[in-house]
Amino acid sequence: MEQFAPVKRSKDGQPVRYLIVDDSVFARKNLARMIETFGGQVAAEAGDGLTAISEFDRTHPDIVLMDITMPQMEGIEAAERIVQQHPEARIVMVSSVGYQENIVAALQRGARHFVQKPVKPEVLYEVIKYVLGEDGTVANVAGAGA
Amino acid sequence: MKMELIQPFINAADAVLSQGLQGTTQVSNLTMEEDAYRRKGVAGMVALSGDIEGRIILDLEPQTAVRVASHYAGAELPESDALVKETIFELANQVVGNAVSALNDQGFHFRVHPPLLLTAEEGDKTSEDVEALMICFETAMGEIFMNVALRHNKKRMSDHAVMGA
Repeated sequence: MEQFAPVKRSKDGQPVRYLIVDDSVFARKNLARMIETFGGQVAAEAGDGLTAISEFDRTHPDIVLMDITMPQMEGIEAAERIVQQHPEARIVMVSSVGYQENIVAALQRGARHFVQKPVKPEVLYEVIKYVLGEDGTVANVAGAGA
Repeated sequence: MKMELIQPFINAADAVLSQGLQGTTQVSNLTMEEDAYRRKGVAGMVALSGDIEGRIILDLEPQTAVRVASHYAGAELPESDALVKETIFELANQVVGNAVSALNDQGFHFRVHPPLLLTAEEGDKTSEDVEALMICFETAMGEIFMNVALRHNKKRMSDHAVMGA
């Protein structure tokens, strides 16, 4: 997998911490591998919306990557609940269902961005930099791919 | 079954498989299924409800499923590894999600249900209003079969017609 210039937290230069929420183990592993190539760290994983809320409270990640279609509680509702409690939460919806209504609903309920599956690493990398804004900084590493 | 409903699933499968498997895919066979569905190996099923109802099955012979899952995992997986099934589930999910997104933009509204493992050797027989189409994709990893059985939800469609009138 392509290696990217590491994205760090501006405030302390530490790796960006992620909460990955997806009912598919395959999808979580895939995203975790991408995060590794971005120089990030997986703070926690969750397989449904309810667990995502408790894992967010426990780990306070810098970014949440949230699937939509999940058992128990779907991603858009979980995103809304997290943002109600933590308005600063940065949630990126990552779903194969990428029609306009879904995207608008997610953004209206607090998500910051939307990435359609299958996820292209270069797309997710750019979205993460955008969502972090000034809170993220790209480390200058010689030989990095992007 | 109208081709305009099927084509988004073929396009989505082509896009998802060619991106994920990093190679070209080709539709080698396309047949109407009139008999009960017979599972070939590792099969994930995604149900749809809404304006169009039905299900999509992505089915791979066991050795093909292992090759595909190993490719995604970046390591050789044994056939017994749960990640093999998970990979097929997620691929089915991505194909359906992408197809539904395209159909939604044409005005059809759906709910996509989480994927289920198809364990029975034989499924239900298709009926007059639920035709099934079997599409075989040739990939570098082997053949990948997609079975699409959809029908218009007449009540929902007539509701839309009334609302639109």
